[in-house]
Amino acid sequence: MEHWRRGATTAGLIVLGTFVITAPFIMLAGANPFAAYVEFLISPLTSRFSAQEVLVSSIPLILTGVSVALAFRAGYWNIGAEGQLLMGAVAGAAVGMLAGNQSRFLVLPAVVLAGAAAGALWALVPALLRVRLGIDEVVTTLLLNPVALLVVMALLNGPWADPETGFPESERIAESAQFPILIPRSRLHLGFLIGLAIAALVWFVLSRTVAGLRVRAVGSGPNAARFAGISVGRTLLTVALTSGAIAGIAGASEVSGIQYRLTSGLSAGFGYTGIVVATLGALAMPTVVLAALLLADLNVGAGSAGRVLGVPSQLGDVIEATVLLVTVGVLAYRRYHHKVREPVVDDASGEGALAEVVEVDTS
Amino acid sequence: MTATGDSLTTPVVELRSISKRFGDVLANDGVNLSLWGGEVHGVLGENGAGKTTLMRILYGLSAPDEGEIHVDGAPANIASPKGAIDAGIGMVTQHFALVKPMTVTENIILGRTGGRILDPARAKSLVENASERFGIDVDPDRRLVDLSVGEQQRVEILKALYRDCRVLILDEPTAVLTPQEIRTLFATLDKLRASGMAIVFISHKLPEVMELTDRVTVLRHGKVVHTTETDEVDAAGLASWMVGRPAEALQPRLGVESGEKVLEVSDLSANGRLGLPALSGVDFDVASGEILGVAGVSGNGQTELAEVLSGMRKPTAGSIMANGAEIAGRNPNQVVAAGVGRIPEDRHEALVGDMSVANNLMLEHLEEVGKGFVLDRDRIRANALDLIDRFSIKAGPDDLVKTLSGGNIQKVLLARVLVREPRVIVVSQPTRGLDIGATAYVRSELLAMRQKGAAIVLMSEDLDELLQLSDRLIVLYDGRIAGRVNAPEADRDQLGLLMAGHTEVA
Repeated sequence: MEHWRRGATTAGLIVLGTFVITAPFIMLAGANPFAAYVEFLISPLTSRFSAQEVLVSSIPLILTGVSVALAFRAGYWNIGAEGQLLMGAVAGAAVGMLAGNQSRFLVLPAVVLAGAAAGALWALVPALLRVRLGIDEVVTTLLLNPVALLVVMALLNGPWADPETGFPESERIAESAQFPILIPRSRLHLGFLIGLAIAALVWFVLSRTVAGLRVRAVGSGPNAARFAGISVGRTLLTVALTSGAIAGIAGASEVSGIQYRLTSGLSAGFGYTGIVVATLGALAMPTVVLAALLLADLNVGAGSAGRVLGVPSQLGDVIEATVLLVTVGVLAYRRYHHKVREPVVDDASGEGALAEVVEVDTS
Repeated sequence: MTATGDSLTTPVVELRSISKRFGDVLANDGVNLSLWGGEVHGVLGENGAGKTTLMRILYGLSAPDEGEIHVDGAPANIASPKGAIDAGIGMVTQHFALVKPMTVTENIILGRTGGRILDPARAKSLVENASERFGIDVDPDRRLVDLSVGEQQRVEILKALYRDCRVLILDEPTAVLTPQEIRTLFATLDKLRASGMAIVFISHKLPEVMELTDRVTVLRHGKVVHTTETDEVDAAGLASWMVGRPAEALQPRLGVESGEKVLEVSDLSANGRLGLPALSGVDFDVASGEILGVAGVSGNGQTELAEVLSGMRKPTAGSIMANGAEIAGRNPNQVVAAGVGRIPEDRHEALVGDMSVANNLMLEHLEEVGKGFVLDRDRIRANALDLIDRFSIKAGPDDLVKTLSGGNIQKVLLARVLVREPRVIVVSQPTRGLDIGATAYVRSELLAMRQKGAAIVLMSEDLDELLQLSDRLIVLYDGRIAGRVNAPEADRDQLGLLMAGHTEVA
C-alpha cells in the first residue's frame, strides 16, 4: 500500500512539473500547450486504432520496466536492459529462423525461453563481477549495451544478412514463431499478455514469497540481511539474471510480435526507457505497468500531434526527456526530504554522520 | 593569521557553556573548553560521550542550542565549515575528504585556488613552501591513490595548515595508522605545537594521550568531568573518569549454579576493518548460567570479537566451540543454527529499517515462514503480535522499524533473539543510547536468560553495567586479554589499570 500511495503522489508531481517546464517549448512551436497535451495524452485513447497502438508500444516498456524495477528493488543497478533485450532478440530470431514447420505450441515457448536465456547470459558477467569482485554494475551493464548492438550489426552484416536483398536484416522468421494477434486487424500481440503475466508474477514473488522477502531485505538493508543469515551475493545474482531474462523476453517479443525478423533498429532505446518506467512507477509493479502505459500513450500521441498541430513530433522526445529529468529530480528531492526529516544522529555520538557531512562538504 | 589578543592571557578558542540536544539525549551539556596556542589538548570520552558533537559544533557542522564560541577573546559566529576555516580552525577526520585521482597539490589548493586561472607551477611551489615551512614531508606531484593512509593524513593536515589554521582538530588520528606512522605524526604535532598552534587530539587510546597532550578534558554523558594538566593524572585515573563512578546500589542477582561450558574460545585471532591485527590469541570459556563481561577502552578488539562470535567476520586463527559445534569462520546462518543468539552493538546493522517489525522479527528464520514457496503472512503476523505483547514493544506489526524509538528497536532485536532461548548469547553495548527505563528492561531480560541457563558474553563500555551483570570479567587491551577478574572481587582501580594496558598488576 505504501508503495502505491507514494507512487501515485510521485506520478502527480512529475506530470505537473513536466507540464510547467515543457509548456514554453510548445508555445514556441506555435501551439497551445493545453491543446498539445490533450493531443499527446488524451487523443491517442479516443480512437480504437490508436488506443490499440498504445497497448502495442507499451509491451517492450512493461517488460523492460519490470526488469529494471526488480533489479533496483534488490539494490542491483542494472542499466543494461537495452543490451539484454538485444541479445534476447538475437536468440528469439535464431529460434524463429530454425523453427520451420514445427508446431506453434512448441516453437513459441522455445522463442520466449531462448530470449530469456540470452538476456540472462548477457547479464551474467556483470553480475558475477559485482558479487565476486565488487565491481560496480552500473558501469559494466551500461558498457555492454553498445557491445550487444555491435553483435547484432555483425550478425546482420555477416551471416544473417538477408540472402535475397543483402540488406542488413535477417530473413523472416517462420510463421510458427510469430506471436498470435490478440485483436483481429490490430497489431496487439501475445507479448502484451506475457508482459502483464510477468509483471503479476514478479509482483507476487516480491510481495508474497519467502524469496521475495529476501530480495526486499537485501535491497533495503544489505548489512542487516547478511547479519540475519541471508546470502546477499546469491540473492543479487539471482535477481540480476532474472532481470536480464525479462529484458531478453522483451527483445524476443519485439522480434516475434512486431518485426518478424532481426533488425538493428528493433529497439528504440526500450532498455533505457525501462529505467524511466521503473523510476516513474516507484519500483512497484502495478505502477510500473501504469507508467509503461503512460509513456506508450505519449509516444503514440507525439506522432499524431506532429500531424494535427503542426508541431515537430520530436516534442514527444523533449517531453519524454523532461519526464525523466523531472522524475529523477522529484525522487531525489523526496529522498533528500526524507533524510532531513530523520534524526541526524541516533545516539549522542553521531560519528558516521560527521564523516558523511564533511566528505560531502569538501569534495 | 594575526592574533589580536595576547596569546598568554587569551585562549585562541573558547567554548562557553555549549549545550546540544538530540531528541531525548543531551549530547553536550554546558561544556566549557578553552584551547591555548602552543598546547595539545586531549579530548577523551567513550562513544556517545559527546566529543564528536562538540567538535562538529566547533567546526560549524552543527549549531549549538546554547552557548557561544569565542575566537581570540571575541564572540564568533561559526555557522559553517567555511566560517570555521575563516576563523582559523581546521579539522582532520578519520574519513579523509580527499579527491583520490588528483595530485597532492591539487588536493591542497582545492577550494583555495585564488582566482579563475590555475597556474600549476605556482600552485606546486606554494605547496612545496608550505610543506617546508610546517615540516610536513609530502610529494606534491603524487596522486592520492598512490599514497599510504599515513601519507594521506599528512596531506589532510597540510591542507588545513595551508588554509592558515591556528586550531587543528584531529579526530582519532591514530586509529588508521601503523606504529611507525604514529611516531611520524607525533613528531609533526610536536613541531606544530612549538610553532604556537593549538591542537585538539581526540582519542580513545590512553597511552597516546598521556604521551602527547599538555592538558586533557574528559567528557562523560555530554558533560565535562575534568579538565586537567596531563602531568597531574595517570592513565588509570583517566580511564575511571571516562567510565564513571558507581552511581547507584547494584541490584542483587540471584545465584545460579553455573553448569557445563557451552562456549569455548581458544587462541582466537582476527584482523580489523583495515586489515590490521585486532585480536590476538584470545581464549576464554563461558558456562551455562554465567555472564562473562568483556571490558576495555573501546577500539581494543571488542567490536572484532563480537563480529567473529556472530559469524560476521572470519578469524585468522583459533576455534570457537558453541554447544559442541565449531562456529569459527562459519556464516551467520550456521552460527544461529548452532544456538547462538546475537545482539550487535549497532542495532541498525541487524534490522532492516525500511521493513516492518513483523518481517524483521522473522528475518533470521525465514525458512520457517514458507508454505512451500509462498510466504505464510498469517504466521509472521501472529509471531509479531505474540512478541510485541511478551516484550512490551510499543509498535504495531506493520510499522517500519526505522520509525520506532531506540528502546523499542532494541526490544525488537531482543525479542527476535531471546524468544529462541539460545544457549549462547553474544551481546554488545545492549543499552547504549537507551533511556533509564529501557536500560533496566534490557538488563533484567539478560539476567533472566542467565537464570534460564544461557551462557552470555557481554561487551560493554559501561563499567557499571559490566559489574552489575557479569559473573566474571576479561579485560581486552590491544586485542589481547590483559586480565581476568571475578566480578564480585573486581576493583575499579585495578580494572582501570588493566584497561590502560598494565597487564597483571600486583
